[in-house]
Amino acid sequence: MSVREPRTRRERTSVSVLTGPTVIWLLLFFIVPLGVIFVYSFLQRGAFGGVEWVFQIDNYLRFADALYINIFVRSLWIAVLTTLICLLIGYPVAFWMSRRPAWMQGGLLLLIMVPFWTNFVVRMYAWRLLLFRQGILNGFVMGLGLREEPLALLFTPTAVVIGLVFAWVVNMILPCYASLVGLNDAMLEAAQDLYANRWQTFWKVVVPLTMPGIVSGSILVFVPSLGAYVIPDMLGGGSADMIGNLIHQQFTSGQNWPFGSAISVLLMLTMLIGTLIYFRVARQRTAQGIVG
Amino acid sequence: MGNPAVQLTQVTKAFGEVLAVSDIDLRIEDGEFFSLLGPSGCGKTTTLRIIAGFEMPTQGDVLIRGRSMGQTPPFKRPVNTVFQNYALFPHMTIEQNVAFGLEMKKVDKAETQRRVGEALEMVRLPNMGKRRPHQLSGGQQQRVALARALVNEPEVLLLDEPLGALDLKLRKAMQLELKRLQSQVGITFVYVTHDQEEALTMSDRIAVMNDGEVLQVGSPVEIYEHPTSGFVADFIGESNMLYGTVYAVEGTEAVILVDGTVPVRAHTDYDLSHGQRAGVVVRPEKITLGNGGALLGRVEEVVYIGTDTRYSIRLTDSTTLIVREQNGNSDQVRLYEAGEEVSVGWSPAQAIVLVD
Amino acid sequence: MASSSTTPSTQPVTEGHPTSRVSSGFASFWRQLGKFLLSGWALIFFVFLYLPIVTLIVFSFNESRFATEWSGFTLQWYGELFQNRLLGLALRNSLIVAFSTTLISTAIGTMVAVALERFDFKGKLPIDALLFLPIIIPDIAMGIMLLSFFALLNQSLGFVTIIIAHTAFNISFVAVIVRARMADIDPTLEEAANDLGANEWQAFWRVGFPLLLPGILAGALTAFTLSLDDYVVTFFVSGPGSTTLPVRVYGMIRRGVTPEINALSSLLLVASMILVVLSLALQRRSSRLNV
Repeated sequence: MSVREPRTRRERTSVSVLTGPTVIWLLLFFIVPLGVIFVYSFLQRGAFGGVEWVFQIDNYLRFADALYINIFVRSLWIAVLTTLICLLIGYPVAFWMSRRPAWMQGGLLLLIMVPFWTNFVVRMYAWRLLLFRQGILNGFVMGLGLREEPLALLFTPTAVVIGLVFAWVVNMILPCYASLVGLNDAMLEAAQDLYANRWQTFWKVVVPLTMPGIVSGSILVFVPSLGAYVIPDMLGGGSADMIGNLIHQQFTSGQNWPFGSAISVLLMLTMLIGTLIYFRVARQRTAQGIVG
Repeated sequence: MGNPAVQLTQVTKAFGEVLAVSDIDLRIEDGEFFSLLGPSGCGKTTTLRIIAGFEMPTQGDVLIRGRSMGQTPPFKRPVNTVFQNYALFPHMTIEQNVAFGLEMKKVDKAETQRRVGEALEMVRLPNMGKRRPHQLSGGQQQRVALARALVNEPEVLLLDEPLGALDLKLRKAMQLELKRLQSQVGITFVYVTHDQEEALTMSDRIAVMNDGEVLQVGSPVEIYEHPTSGFVADFIGESNMLYGTVYAVEGTEAVILVDGTVPVRAHTDYDLSHGQRAGVVVRPEKITLGNGGALLGRVEEVVYIGTDTRYSIRLTDSTTLIVREQNGNSDQVRLYEAGEEVSVGWSPAQAIVLVD
Repeated sequence: MASSSTTPSTQPVTEGHPTSRVSSGFASFWRQLGKFLLSGWALIFFVFLYLPIVTLIVFSFNESRFATEWSGFTLQWYGELFQNRLLGLALRNSLIVAFSTTLISTAIGTMVAVALERFDFKGKLPIDALLFLPIIIPDIAMGIMLLSFFALLNQSLGFVTIIIAHTAFNISFVAVIVRARMADIDPTLEEAANDLGANEWQAFWRVGFPLLLPGILAGALTAFTLSLDDYVVTFFVSGPGSTTLPVRVYGMIRRGVTPEINALSSLLLVASMILVVLSLALQRRSSRLNV
């Protein structure tokens, strides 16, 4: 029996000793700070950052401005687009990987993991080099004579999406790959035995069976994309500011902590709701067998 | 006789609302090969774990050699276990695995080395000491698990379906090996299995369990020939159950009217009264066909299975009998065909009355 | 693409397309094309995955200040890098933070993982949720909420606040990794040790811990990497004198592209690759230990 209730007083003590430090640390340095910004979001801004202890809901009302709604909608749009592109790129790659010989799969996984573990700021800086007006990609394009003028890539919304996709596509590939590898080949053969052709097998059997991988992959891409700050800052250069940039601004140059807190609260709520809706839709679709 | 090796008194174990083991009394004698037999989920493994000390009984007590175990933790009990999946320590060599128990008991180095060597010799793995468990085959790992337990010279060895993971041929070989080891070391074995054939071949006595209760305890012959309940009759080997009412009783022989029409003679250990509902158990191989048996049936199905032929014979509208006839010499025994009428009979002593 | 046969294929899993079977020449053509396109797609993906990294390393040796054209090999930028005192300081700060947070989060993350994987107790679900939150929360939110919290307490920002913040997100990652490893360890192994006369303490140190060690090390490496990697949270909770490497580098990047950063980034890349390979080697070793 692997998991059991603590038997003796001594075991109950060890459970407390083992979980205590984590519980205290996370309550004190995570839950309490979370509560702090929730409270801050109802206060007035201080003169030089910080807050005045006057209760109000203006911070939330202020968000109803077209300027902020725009940023909010754009962030949602970019996050959804990023998730879709990651699925389109990642699923075929995961599928391809899962059908390689075993020794090769290990190597391919390593190849995928290495960039993922390299410094995030450095990776995005590298993309900046590539997308730069005098950068490699443009040098390449013009060198081939494809274009006279350099492409304006850096500091565009496109650059932001490219950055987000390459930052998080691994989060899509790994869960999809895991569920594709777990796919029982007999199931595919059974489908074909029952007269399904290749496409039908794929849509009616492979995709529904790997739905758990697609769902978790999508959430793992959507959530960090929606909360992105570094990528829109570094690759968007103000052309495609997202919620993260807005929050950053309120806590630095804007010096409006209560408003920044309110936006953060809204951001987290959006993530929660978005994830829940996605879970529900995905489950319904799998249940009905209508996928795609 | 002195104290039994293991004694369970009114042991009950509840996991939340579920009773895994309920009110068990068992007495396992010194030097016995004792099996706990039953379908999965019957409580046999829980019973073993209670003896080992991995589970504490909700009620009742376990006595080992007359000593109450109470809340004694596993590491202070004079028993050792061979686990279902062997549970060999993957980060230690075979020698280190086998030496582990002695090391915990602070046995000195030289003696440890000698005893580990002997134990490995005993399970016929003398030159494997430096290897790691994953370098061994399933059968070899199983022997290491045995050596690791036996080297401690426990009062009782507990075995939890130790042959479950092996293939059929290896399993048969290991059954004999285990039996040999047990008579060699003379230690009491408590053996958990769901395989009735395994239990019958190896055990001195068997406890048949179902739903957390012990239904019957006895030697293999007793269990097979004189089941005391429909479950035991059905679980141990194949059997025919006929249901009817008591028509007449003469000493230990009763006549049961099956389905109100067919009178059947059977042995009884109970005091029966006329009109009482009762069942009759007959083993398929005890039934003879032809030879002027008392009953008449119609052959419904014939399945030839090499050494035997297996017939389904319809007695009444609601009762069919399974009959096994040995094929033996094909000149002497003729095969019946489906649709044929045939007389069916058995010696009354071979059929047993059950009242549930 | 109707196929002509109804016999299921019995090809081994590893070889070829899962849906391959005997079929007509025409269908076979489409299948080959499909395979070809799929492999091409994967190849292009891997090229784009590595393109920025390779570019970065190549151009860290480029004489020209600009990354458009190759003008000759030089080690000049690496030389300048090692002269940069501010960067050296930032690296030192990063290492101080990373080592401290790794030590703390590995210790308490492992402890909570052991409790969660071993025992069933009231409050298990809330602790699970508590551990899940830091993983999914956006780092920008984590940064500002810790900043607000420390400001409320009048706590000055510096090493202490950075280490607290990094530990707050690292505990969860360590716990997840150690738990995954623990789930792979057969729980009867420690029971077997008990059965052979080892008490709980001896059983854990002699059997449980050695088997868990690769998982703990993998958790520690992850914590170390994540700490070295973090920019956003650190930006909000670091003060003067405690600037870490990513924060310093980010500031330099915002001021413009310099080849010095290419050189630094290349070194960081190599360092993280070594860490990844190390952690994978550890995992492989540990999986080999499992029967």
